[in-house]
Amino acid sequence: MKAEHQTVISGVGQSDVGRRLFRDPLELTLDACVEAIHDAGLTTKDIDGIATYPGPGGEPPGFSGAGAVEVQDALRLELGWWSGGIERPGQLGAVIDACMAVAFGLATHVLCFRSVFEGSAQGGGGRAAVMPGGSNRAAPRASGFMEWVLPYGAPSAAPWIAMMAQRHFHEYGTTPEQLGQIAVNARRNAALNPKAIYTDPMTIDDYLASRVIASPLRLFDCDVPCDGGTAMIVSHVDTIPDLRKPPVRVEAVGTALRGRPSWDQFDDLSTMAMRDAAVQMWSRTDLKPSDVQVAEMYDGFSFITLCWLEAMGFCGKGEAGAFLEGGHNIARDGVIPLNTHGGQLSSGRLHGFSFLHEACVQLWGEGGDRQLTSNPQVGVAAAGGGPMAGVLLLTKS
Amino acid sequence: MSDAPFRILPRITDRNEPFWASGKDGVLRFQRCQSCGYWIHPHSVMCPQCLSKDIAYEPVSGKATVHTFTINHQPWMPVPELPFALAIVALPEQEGLRLTTVIVHCDVDDVHIGMPVQVTFEAHEDQNSWIPMFEPIAE
Repeated sequence: MKAEHQTVISGVGQSDVGRRLFRDPLELTLDACVEAIHDAGLTTKDIDGIATYPGPGGEPPGFSGAGAVEVQDALRLELGWWSGGIERPGQLGAVIDACMAVAFGLATHVLCFRSVFEGSAQGGGGRAAVMPGGSNRAAPRASGFMEWVLPYGAPSAAPWIAMMAQRHFHEYGTTPEQLGQIAVNARRNAALNPKAIYTDPMTIDDYLASRVIASPLRLFDCDVPCDGGTAMIVSHVDTIPDLRKPPVRVEAVGTALRGRPSWDQFDDLSTMAMRDAAVQMWSRTDLKPSDVQVAEMYDGFSFITLCWLEAMGFCGKGEAGAFLEGGHNIARDGVIPLNTHGGQLSSGRLHGFSFLHEACVQLWGEGGDRQLTSNPQVGVAAAGGGPMAGVLLLTKS
Repeated sequence: MSDAPFRILPRITDRNEPFWASGKDGVLRFQRCQSCGYWIHPHSVMCPQCLSKDIAYEPVSGKATVHTFTINHQPWMPVPELPFALAIVALPEQEGLRLTTVIVHCDVDDVHIGMPVQVTFEAHEDQNSWIPMFEPIAE
């Protein structure tokens, strides 16, 4: 049996989500974890694995609510396998690791989680958007990739992604009006999500009127920092009789990175690592892009989602601009309904895991007001941008 | 104190010191494999092409082309001026040899993909760092 087919997603959970909750981040993390365990019909005694991104907190404040060790101890879990860390194929790389551990027999039910409290960390004065806050600090020195961007005043991924978008605009004639449809679509969907941060209607004119952050990216091309936790359980397919409901099946995953692991040395800057991860994922299934009925794909910046649309084959390379024109193709009743929860752009930067959460919710038909009336049978959850990307193709039981 | 604007400067190591101090004599240098001639960036200890450890910094022409850019308006950190033109420039010495930098000495609205540029340095002499930036040259 194919490794993916030995694994299912048996439950999902999500804490309260908000801009400035000022709640203990461990509480947000555990709220999501416990909800996911109960959603699967399991107890903490059943959980024998943990996978998380990016590991325990640190800099910048708010980027991680808890690591694997804190959650294991808080729930007194007895583990056969565990892993937490940031060097992997995007945030959902942690969930893909969990699938591999289950297929390998090291664990049967793996608790996967990601939590953030960036909204409160920034609002509390502890940090600016990307740079450490506070005073009395010696001027830091740049190393790693920051060696090449910090001396130039560019510590944020916003200008790095902006340069990729500029390259796409140059090569393919993509326009701001086309890119903006991703933000407008997200806002439209967020209005149906009771946990979304921004729900006021947004038109393409509102988008075009928002201030430029780093051309061609505007404010509404950037996601919104928030507080919250998201979790899911990866289980072995043999445990289906023990589960509360028919699980979501993992059909194929993709993790490849063939290009250089760099924001400026990657060969084709009009695309990113998802180009490689998506090719690998499609090589592991007989399903085709046209079989997918819902796509939940990372939008830390809107241009990343545009790259995912092309990489996944929902449109051709360089054709995303035309595909996005008018926004109909990505709407709830369109060719490929996109980010039905409002994405990170409008429902909050839960950082990758919310896309998998939403894909499962849609496949289970549990979306409430935002449930697609088509009741999708095949969905995609994708996360990561720049030189990191991981993707899962999911099917309904 | 020099009169150079505030910058967060690179952490200087034995490996990158020849790059960041290169501008002292007005010349830009990159690592190059002495065995096969491959230009290596960012710096390493081994040629990724032939795996030779015989690596040395060599001068490049200092000419480049704007591969892509952004006009950055957001004040992420203290910078001399806003907006500024952040760019990735392509060096003619080797396909794919690129450097992230800023384009200076021109109106940011004039920056465009394909623009020919040449290196100029912002000296932070007391920190042993000369930050390579690029300015337009006649097309």
